[in-house]
Amino acid sequence: MSLFDLLGTFMLLSAIPFFWGGSLGLLRFPDIYTRLHALTKADNLGLGLVVAGSILMSKEWTVAVKLLLIWLAVLVASTISCYLIANAARKRRINPWKIP
Amino acid sequence: MNHYLWPALLILISVVVGLIRILRGPTPADRMLAAQLFGTGGVAILLILAQAMQMPSLVDVALIYALLAAVTMVVFVRRQWGNHENERKMKDESL
Repeated sequence: MSLFDLLGTFMLLSAIPFFWGGSLGLLRFPDIYTRLHALTKADNLGLGLVVAGSILMSKEWTVAVKLLLIWLAVLVASTISCYLIANAARKRRINPWKIP
Repeated sequence: MNHYLWPALLILISVVVGLIRILRGPTPADRMLAAQLFGTGGVAILLILAQAMQMPSLVDVALIYALLAAVTMVVFVRRQWGNHENERKMKDESL
């Protein structure tokens, strides 16, 4: 097992806590604006770690470029959908959560 | 069992736990957020599986997944949940 494989495995393993944090945030946060944070930040960082680990373990550079493009596509998608949903919720007059 | 499959299994469990939000979510948007969680988690699982099973074609499947997740969200907001104002306008015109 080479050094790159070891580093890649470490990155794959370190992605798992971010995915668990995203799911936990989706379940525990009080309203839709805070739940957007859990999805669009924690999960994308976890996916970024998975992509970085896969790039370290990939043998050809074309595969590495494709993996980077996938991550960029997911980042753009989550940014756009986060804005759209927050804007639609604001237009429906859903009030942000306040400390009771 | 291939030892790369364990991270994929753990991520799959976290995604399934997140799907509880579909049952509880008060608004349709909360339910769609759980679907988006499945999109991101599914891409990660597919990338790990492509590495674990030496199947490079799974990377293409992950690319399609990532592109479709964007389209799903935009269609949901534009056609289903976002046109609050338009609904009211159409109701006013029909009255």
